Amino acid sequence: MTANDVAIAGVGMHPWGKWGKNFVEYGVVAARAALADAGIPWTDVDLIVGGETVRNGYGGYVAGATFGQALGWNGARVATSYAACATGAQALDTARARILAGLSEVALVVGADTTPKGFLAPNAGERWDDPDWLRFRLLGMTNPAYFALYARRRMDLYGATSEDFAQVKVKNAKHGLSNPNARYRKEVVAEEVLSSAIVADPLHLLDICATSDGAAAVILCSTEYAAKHNLGGGVRIKAISTVTPTFPNTVIDMPLMSTESSAGGVPEFTFKESIAQAAYEEAGISPEDVDVAEVYDLSTALELDWIEDLALCKRGEAEQLLRAGDTTLGGRIPVNPSGGLACFGEAVPAQALAQVCELTWQLRGQAEGRQVEGARIGITANQGLFGHGSSVIVAR
Amino acid sequence: MTATSPAIEGWFTSGDGAGSGPALIGSECTTCSTVFFPRTAGFCRNPACDGDEFADTELSRRGRVWSYTDAQYQPPAPYIPATDPYVPFALAAVELAEGIVVLGQVADGFTVNDFKVGDEMELVVETLYTDDSGDRTIWRWKPVTSPDVELVETPGGAQ
Repeated sequence: MTANDVAIAGVGMHPWGKWGKNFVEYGVVAARAALADAGIPWTDVDLIVGGETVRNGYGGYVAGATFGQALGWNGARVATSYAACATGAQALDTARARILAGLSEVALVVGADTTPKGFLAPNAGERWDDPDWLRFRLLGMTNPAYFALYARRRMDLYGATSEDFAQVKVKNAKHGLSNPNARYRKEVVAEEVLSSAIVADPLHLLDICATSDGAAAVILCSTEYAAKHNLGGGVRIKAISTVTPTFPNTVIDMPLMSTESSAGGVPEFTFKESIAQAAYEEAGISPEDVDVAEVYDLSTALELDWIEDLALCKRGEAEQLLRAGDTTLGGRIPVNPSGGLACFGEAVPAQALAQVCELTWQLRGQAEGRQVEGARIGITANQGLFGHGSSVIVAR
Repeated sequence: MTATSPAIEGWFTSGDGAGSGPALIGSECTTCSTVFFPRTAGFCRNPACDGDEFADTELSRRGRVWSYTDAQYQPPAPYIPATDPYVPFALAAVELAEGIVVLGQVADGFTVNDFKVGDEMELVVETLYTDDSGDRTIWRWKPVTSPDVELVETPGGAQ
């Protein structure tokens, strides 16, 4: 244990799906589940951090105070985070900082969303200075089109095949079968993926994650508080990386239409690699120490990118891990035992917290039907719009 | 009679009548020489530079494919489809000699089967959609059929 560890006292989720309700309801269900899991009454929470509910990357929907009011005003300090897909991790980081500073004792971190159907599209109105609006107007560039660029590059550079991508879906569908919080709990065979419609070549409909309603919550406290009240079963947060890119960012990034110039030299790590590197450094561990990973499989192919960005294998070798069964439950380094976004669909401000919930259950040995045996160290990874990304390392 | 005009002002030249082809317009920082696209103003985004002046610069008209895809389904608004019924189009990210990767639609008549990562593309200007003011144009990437021996190899910076 190090001085910068904080304890995860409790976790909880509202199941992912399409429930047709307000995001606040989901958040309250998740928050109450996490409080019950921790055995802490809401009135003992002295900090609430909410992940802003978002629409295709835009913040602006009140969150921290919204949940505070819905749970019943208890006088807690309040904060709200916006970091696109990394919102939940940034909210967690805010809570951790106040706890480590001794300014707060018990924090509730909660994210929830109700997501519209179909392609995520920008907010209404003409906005000629907004890259997220311009990419649709000038290029018709949807989110899956960005995922497809990365997928195609894997094929042309590393020999990945559509069959490989389909096998990621097959694996994750199997992992999520008995996860009570997953939206899709049905086995998928490769042929179903390959025969589903192509959305953005080379990605098929079943290669791309859906958008979902859902909520996740985490109760954080100091390790001293956890020890004193016997909370959390020894699961601790070792690192929360929310680094921004380093100039020049030379990998095309949603929602941009261009990269920065590599002419003056490039940083040692790409943005996504640097997210993981910062987490490993903060936790004082190496990729070889990791037992389980929850990564942001917005597409099947993107899971393979993340495995390499997390340095779980060398660049271009993720397909070999997949084909050898290394990333399947029971394999050397199981990836997305929860079923991942393939089984959940994306609920943006809740998703990074959902990853932490899953790792907490894995490390406690409570991931029924999807347990990574003996898992002691887990890592998450995700990336969102506008230079946001996160990696959280959890250990026991 | 209606006029032809760019779908967005100041991002590219159409090359009409100037004797040279169309080109994307970038901004070169007068302090550190970093080139940006789209054009920028006010302050340099190189963290080691505090420059605040830029000169317009035309980017290389040719580059190599970084990756590519297509849009099999009609993108949502504010995309304006050029035809009804919708016709899918290809998209390419092309790395230029300036070390910048620029996304664009692929020229009419070409699909993802017509090129690979690393292939040469050149900039063309075509109609994106037509509205009350006439044809609105956009830059596009077109596979090169006659290789340009002068093409400078792009830096290997991008992953």
